[in-house]
Amino acid sequence: MDKVEKGHSNTQLDLLHEETFTRTVFGFWLYLMTDCLLFGTLFCTYGVLYNQTAGGPSSNELFSLKLVFTETMILLLSSFSCGMALLAMLKFQKAKIIGWLMTTFVLGAAFLFLEITEFKDLIHDGHGPDRSAFLSSYFTLVGTHGLHVFFGLLWLTVMIWQVITFGVNIETFRRLVLFNMFWHLLDLVWIFIFTFVYLIGVN
Amino acid sequence: MKIPKKPVLPMLIAAGILIFIILLMQPFTILKFGDKIGVLFPKGMIGYEQRNLLFIVQALMLLVIIPVYVLTFMFSWIYRADNPRGIYDPDLVDNVPAEIIWWGLPFVMVVIVSVLTWIKTHELDPYKSIESKNKEMTVQVVALQWKWLFIYPTEKIASLNYLQLPVNTPVRFELSADSPMNSFWIPSLGGQIYAMPGMTTILNLIANEPGNYRGSSAHISGEGFARMYFNTKVTSKEDFDTWVATTQGTTNKLEIKAFNNLALPSVMDPQIFTLEDPELFDRIVNKYMHH
Amino acid sequence: MFGRLTLNAFLHDFVQTQAVVGMVVGAIALVIGLTYFKLWKTLWNDWITTVDHKRIGIMYIVVVVIMFLKGFTDAMMIRLQQMLSVGDSQGFLDAAHFQEVFSAHGTTMIFFVGMGSVFGLMNLIIPLQIGARDVAFPFINALGFWLFASGALLSLISLAVGRFSGAGWLAYPPLSSLQYSPGEGVDYWIWIVQIAGIGSTIGGINFLVTILKMRCPGMTLMRMPIFVWSCLCAVILIVLAFPILTATLAMLSLDRTIGTHFFTVDGGGNYMMYINLIWAWGHPEVYILILPMFGVFSEIVPTFSEKRLFGYASMVWALLFITFISFVVWLHHFFTMGASPYVNAFFGIATMVIAIPTGVKIFNWLFTKFRGRVHFTSPMLWFFAFLLNFTVAGMTGMLLSVPPVDFQVHNSLFLIAHFHGMVIGGVLFGFFAAFTYWFPKFTGFYLDERLNWYAFWCWLSGFLLAFMPLYMLGFMGATRRLDHYEAETGWQFLFIVVFIGAIILFCGAIIQFAGLFWSIYNRKKNWDHTNGDPWNGRTLEWSIPSPPPIYNFATIPTVNSRDPLWEIKHGGSPPAKKEYEDIYLPINTSMGCFIGLFSLFFGFAMTWQMWWLAIISFVAIIVTLIIRLSSADKHKLITAEVVKKMESDQIRSQKSYG
Repeated sequence: MDKVEKGHSNTQLDLLHEETFTRTVFGFWLYLMTDCLLFGTLFCTYGVLYNQTAGGPSSNELFSLKLVFTETMILLLSSFSCGMALLAMLKFQKAKIIGWLMTTFVLGAAFLFLEITEFKDLIHDGHGPDRSAFLSSYFTLVGTHGLHVFFGLLWLTVMIWQVITFGVNIETFRRLVLFNMFWHLLDLVWIFIFTFVYLIGVN
Repeated sequence: MKIPKKPVLPMLIAAGILIFIILLMQPFTILKFGDKIGVLFPKGMIGYEQRNLLFIVQALMLLVIIPVYVLTFMFSWIYRADNPRGIYDPDLVDNVPAEIIWWGLPFVMVVIVSVLTWIKTHELDPYKSIESKNKEMTVQVVALQWKWLFIYPTEKIASLNYLQLPVNTPVRFELSADSPMNSFWIPSLGGQIYAMPGMTTILNLIANEPGNYRGSSAHISGEGFARMYFNTKVTSKEDFDTWVATTQGTTNKLEIKAFNNLALPSVMDPQIFTLEDPELFDRIVNKYMHH
Repeated sequence: MFGRLTLNAFLHDFVQTQAVVGMVVGAIALVIGLTYFKLWKTLWNDWITTVDHKRIGIMYIVVVVIMFLKGFTDAMMIRLQQMLSVGDSQGFLDAAHFQEVFSAHGTTMIFFVGMGSVFGLMNLIIPLQIGARDVAFPFINALGFWLFASGALLSLISLAVGRFSGAGWLAYPPLSSLQYSPGEGVDYWIWIVQIAGIGSTIGGINFLVTILKMRCPGMTLMRMPIFVWSCLCAVILIVLAFPILTATLAMLSLDRTIGTHFFTVDGGGNYMMYINLIWAWGHPEVYILILPMFGVFSEIVPTFSEKRLFGYASMVWALLFITFISFVVWLHHFFTMGASPYVNAFFGIATMVIAIPTGVKIFNWLFTKFRGRVHFTSPMLWFFAFLLNFTVAGMTGMLLSVPPVDFQVHNSLFLIAHFHGMVIGGVLFGFFAAFTYWFPKFTGFYLDERLNWYAFWCWLSGFLLAFMPLYMLGFMGATRRLDHYEAETGWQFLFIVVFIGAIILFCGAIIQFAGLFWSIYNRKKNWDHTNGDPWNGRTLEWSIPSPPPIYNFATIPTVNSRDPLWEIKHGGSPPAKKEYEDIYLPINTSMGCFIGLFSLFFGFAMTWQMWWLAIISFVAIIVTLIIRLSSADKHKLITAEVVKKMESDQIRSQKSYG
């Protein structure tokens, strides 16, 4: 973090920190929008290809709503714990922050574990992404979401370490705000996946 | 540094001469190549309609383009910095009537062309059958690497890299491919359409004058794609029937096995076949479908 | 260990071997030169690790010039082949090599020359025109450049190692699928474009935030220079369109590596979907290339007419209109794919509608000249060339937008003539205009005007000769991308004319290169003594010294109108007060360059299926990113006293030459 030079006021630095915060949050919103467009393209592709089962199984034969419901609940809870971590940060409660962040991590990891298991079983039964266009687009759409969750968990690990080491400062606060935005967006994308891929697919 | 002054008048004259020379190239090439310019001198009604549409839209566009050129030259000359007689009005930054004109007139022009586009796009829909007193015939076209296969299902013949058609007869082309995407184009008769694997497209054309017209693929499909040209011979109905009868007598048979050989990447000379399998085209289209 | 890379990949035909040798010799000469003049340290400290937008802009331009050499050579080879390869002759390139050449030509010109010019200009000019000291995210900006450079370097490597794609600059499946293109070529293309594309996306985000959040006090949106407006619209397009490209390329790559069926012929794949997606990106892309160049002309014409831009508000609305409509015209690139007449007509009409605001802009520029005092400096010559060439191309665009007409000219040389008129007449001439206009700002001296005069004539006449005959060739049935044709077609005559035009264009390019070196050699003679305002400019970049100091503005200006510098010079605004304050600037970092390097390895590894290298380089990218993004904010401080000294030193050194 920049230190204030001897003999110089810190108003320039304060202004710098404020500007950095506003701009970074805005820039990150824009990045999330590009991510939405990426997912949008994958959703479009799924919409075009979901009936192309090439003689193989279709969505209503493959999807288990029970599993998906569990995954959804886990992810929603992890969003909740993530938000609680940010609230704790506003109160400078370091221990609580770390606790909520770790909860988020565990829940996120559980989500990922369930998803990987689902993929593994499908591939094992011969319903892998190379079986048909439907399965290609399913695996890529859901898999891209899972990949984002994975990188989110990586980010979360670094965040936990940073809060432990540096506590609450302008940088860790800014980064946790960004992480919250990211994590909640993944939740939102999952709701769309849940609706358009699984719920509709099972009918 | 002193910026050397540019000789404005010689520059404008030279640019004008350049443009004039280029414009002259148009009538020159038309005189030199004549009928070889298939799009401008079509031999089929569809091509004829498309060319007329081109001319109409072009003429409308010139109404906008010519003023742009004239103003470019005029303003460059009149308002050049060392012209003492050019009025200098640095506060002239807006003029609502002028803006209305150049937002408005192009808008009106676009409306006119849009209406024309809507009507003509429907009229000249490649999928639309051509009305004629002569009965329509069907030719099935399969794009291969790197040749064109023409199947005549009614006549039970086929030809490779050679198309023969009777004059004044509407032809319904059904197109597909067993190759990457290609585009079937006979400029003298009319516009093109893509020929794609696993799908069927339809193109309706009619040839109104006997002759030999070049056809080719307008979409890259691999190494040999430049060799995918073929001759379209348009003859009288009698000559066409004679050709069909002769072809029906050939020993060269076309069915799925022979077809699979043809489909291998290669460049071939024209050939004719008898069609052993009337369902061949459907088989080709469905080749990649799961049943 | 080496995936599918074998020693065979290093063997090429005679022509290509020469190109590779030339490239290698050039690289070696560069290394020797840097060593001899002891420039490695400067290169590392001042250029490779920089986060200064001005330096990054210059680096973009350097890459543009190198890639332009490559793309232009490809073009000369194409036209030479087409002049020679008639009847029994196969010319000097076999069909497969020819297809790689035109695929490389398009890819190089669009992604590296075009996008590089746009990002180079945005980097150099935007902060200066909005009165800012820096961009919003200096590191992300640098990273965007290094990803761009990484893609460029990968494309140069593809010339030397293995074969490039032969599927055209957009690699349509099924041709680009594993079934018909099993080799490494299409994979090279995917990773070159993917890496450069991600660089563009993050660069776009950076400039969007810069323009919206960092304008100086008093500069409302409607007081921004039109160049900044046009770049704002371009980055909106970048941010909305490039993610589509990223996703589509990823899907094509999955098809080619793990056997998915997005765009395959079998397994339920839909290759028409690729064409829709790629053009949903592709059409905004061409507007990304042209809008900043429209902005360039909007700066140049007022400056050299000594008059305000005519119809500022109209120009802004025209830009916004173009930006948003550009998302609903993409189907005009494939009217012939068999869509219903309702669909075709809709997209045709939408395309025509976009022509209206473009025409409005041309009239506004013309009427800026009306009752102005027009100086035919180098930038204005390029504007003149633009008016003559771009308008015709725009007109033929209207013809192409009528579906039944398009059926007769699609994929023929008519189409090639149209879009080259747009990219050469519009993008390239715009770039030349910008280059000659802003060159004195960043170097402190002028480019040689006389050599530019000769270059202008070469480009104007060469372009007309090389591209006007293509319209007629298209009408004669000549399609694009042909490596051979029969003598009976009669096309050779026009191909000869076209090749002569290409030679003239080549002379123009040579004169420009020579002009650049000649100007640098003669810089003392061409020194700018006007304290940073050689053209009697109107906007803020001309109010600071040439070359600008690292912090751009010693005092952040306050504006109260458009054309703020003009107002100050003509008494409409008070001159800027000289109050100095402490300035914090971001520090240098090598992380951007390293991530670019790891991306290069990643792209190469994925192309040659060296999975171990792909994994290692990908992990390296992630680790470097994490290190960078979790490190503390650090800045360097330039105190007010130092700023004051730097300002007075600059004025003294400016006066001392001459």
